[in-house]
Amino acid sequence: MELGPYLILGLLEGLVTAAVLSLMAVGLSLVFGVMRVVNVAHGEFFMVGAVLAWWIAGAVDGHPALGFVAALLLAPPLTAGLAMMADQLVLKRINYDPERTIVATIGLLYIIQQITLMTYGPEARPVEAPFNHRLSIPFFEWTDGGLTLSWPWGLGTTSYKLAVIGAAVILLTAIWLLMTRTRYGLLMRATQLDSETAQAFAIPVGRVYASVFGLGAGLAALGGVLIVPIQQAHYLMGHDPLLLSFIVVIIGGLGSLPGTVVAALLIGISDGMISVFFSPTLAKIIATLAVAFVLVFRPQGLFGKRTL
Amino acid sequence: MKSQTIGLNGDRKVTAGPSRRKVIKSLAATTALAAAASSMPLFGRYGQAQSSEPIKIGFQVHRTGIGAAYGRWYDRTTKAAVKKINDEGGINGRPVEIIAEDDGTDPKRGAEVVEKMATQHGCDIAFGTLFSHVVIGSAPRAGELKIPYFVVSEGHHVASGMLNRYTLQPGITDVKSQVQAMAPFVNNTLGKKITMIYPDFAFGHDHRDYFSAAVEAQGGEVVAKIAIPPTESSFTKYFPKIPRNTDVIYHVMVGPAVLTFVKEMGEFFGNSRPEIFGFIDSLEAVDLASPGLEFLEGTYFWEGNPRYAQANQSEYDKAYRAAVGVDANGASISDSKDVATYAHMFGCWETLHIVKAGMEASGYAGPKDRAKLIEAVEAMTSMPHSHAHPQGAKEFNGKTHQVFGHQYITRVTNGKLVLAHTTSIADTYYPDEVDYTTQSF
Repeated sequence: MELGPYLILGLLEGLVTAAVLSLMAVGLSLVFGVMRVVNVAHGEFFMVGAVLAWWIAGAVDGHPALGFVAALLLAPPLTAGLAMMADQLVLKRINYDPERTIVATIGLLYIIQQITLMTYGPEARPVEAPFNHRLSIPFFEWTDGGLTLSWPWGLGTTSYKLAVIGAAVILLTAIWLLMTRTRYGLLMRATQLDSETAQAFAIPVGRVYASVFGLGAGLAALGGVLIVPIQQAHYLMGHDPLLLSFIVVIIGGLGSLPGTVVAALLIGISDGMISVFFSPTLAKIIATLAVAFVLVFRPQGLFGKRTL
Repeated sequence: MKSQTIGLNGDRKVTAGPSRRKVIKSLAATTALAAAASSMPLFGRYGQAQSSEPIKIGFQVHRTGIGAAYGRWYDRTTKAAVKKINDEGGINGRPVEIIAEDDGTDPKRGAEVVEKMATQHGCDIAFGTLFSHVVIGSAPRAGELKIPYFVVSEGHHVASGMLNRYTLQPGITDVKSQVQAMAPFVNNTLGKKITMIYPDFAFGHDHRDYFSAAVEAQGGEVVAKIAIPPTESSFTKYFPKIPRNTDVIYHVMVGPAVLTFVKEMGEFFGNSRPEIFGFIDSLEAVDLASPGLEFLEGTYFWEGNPRYAQANQSEYDKAYRAAVGVDANGASISDSKDVATYAHMFGCWETLHIVKAGMEASGYAGPKDRAKLIEAVEAMTSMPHSHAHPQGAKEFNGKTHQVFGHQYITRVTNGKLVLAHTTSIADTYYPDEVDYTTQSF
């Protein structure tokens, strides 16, 4: 196995993982940061996004790109709506009590999974990518004749995978702008700092909570829509990303946006690299070990604040 | 004195009839009689039980979990076979009733389902399931409960002697014989240096062990063995482990991510792929026209039963295909996107016909005859190509409880699987590893 080309392959695979993971983990982190709710059902919103994408893409005739764009525009808001409904019907009723919300979201997880199983079924179904070209990646080597260009065997990616990485960068920038440059972001941050004082200043905390829960779920669903053309939609697909996004959020620091992104890159790329050179199981073991070390030596996470 | 009684159909009647005491008395008597009758369930209702009570077949089916696509088609095939058997007069003049339970493609649930069939539903036999870990999880319980367990699984666990006398696999060949029959073709036609990619559980391990042994016996070499966890959903990261000197990729994957697996393999190789030989398990229930699968053109597949109707299609395949509702391209007649697990599901059809033959040969009348049923099946040998055996002729080995039959190799030609080679039954034989007939019931 040559080192150089596979390093690039591992990096690319890792970046795709990191892209989806960072969207999901930012959603999870936002919900925890603002509402103090550990949302165990977050993986199911990811799955709902993917399943809705299959439904919407299938309903649109014509070029696959049309169906995919429709899914990209519709699935996340629909999932967000579902989450806001769950917030109003369940989380609000138990006053966002930290322990009870964990149990409630576990219940939500099973309800969403079973409803999907009963309607969509147990099959894995594909969504066609809007574009998907195989791109061979050249590699530079020093030989006797100087620097030469070669196209190593197996070294390639697809245009769609690169687009997923690009989309994640754009979306994360948008979230950052939303948080720091808009009135909505200000309300969110005020609620996060002290919800009682925020309420005293006539901030509609209840509505902010509902919208943040919706936003978090929408981000997970976005990740789901982006991943279906690479993988497939399946009712059990929420498990792994949920676990990984918890790992990311713990390492990055709960409620810290930049920490989440850095941790997603760290976990995604190490997953890609270790998987390529050793085994994917080892990658999971190391990620979990990293969580243990972070909890021991820096319990607030890499970017978390101790006061939180 | 007037008294009020309530008629059987609920209408109230006011009559000047019998006194209250009398009414209560007669009511009590009726109730007692009814209670006595209902406490003797075998009385009356079973006057002609032996001839008309249905034969209950407990069907352990993968409705959910990673085997769901197989389960859907195993279900349809089973229903079609039972319809045919019942239309032709049932078994020993009794209709067949299927009692289906979802095993969730989960070994623990599988054992519970078998128990439920034996104790709760009062099934005559248990039947069904495909995934080897579910079979291995369930068979010990079937043995303890002494209920015959007819599996359609193709793992080598039955013939290896790992299970018990109550477990039989008479309707589908096992992996050991399949790969042994494939090895000469792969070696002589495609290449000597082979990389194997297989799922990391019992079924995949059967492939790993028996195919590499068969390849070495042929003078070939397995240069890499890549095991992939069955729940994995992305695969590109495994492909760099394929050595550069590989002549042939041998792939066999199962579960919901199979399409992703084959698609990513195509993306990895681009247009410089080695020869590829796959077990159709990697694409069961998946449309060959799915985007990303174009690169499979010219590659080979093992198929238990060819998905596409072949040029020399037998009348038996034709009739079976129609009965199960599958078109010439291997998809559901009602939905061309719903592709069958055609290479495996014939096993359900054939197994049910063997159960029928076994019950008729043994004069099966009820659960007390279970041992007689197993002995009757053990006594079976040749199973000719027929409406009961549309996949082809078979030879059953009563000692190992395993059937042997023809294997088909098809080649992707213009997006369809076209028959390239058929092995003989003799190609699939191996020495017995167990003699279940020596075990007591």
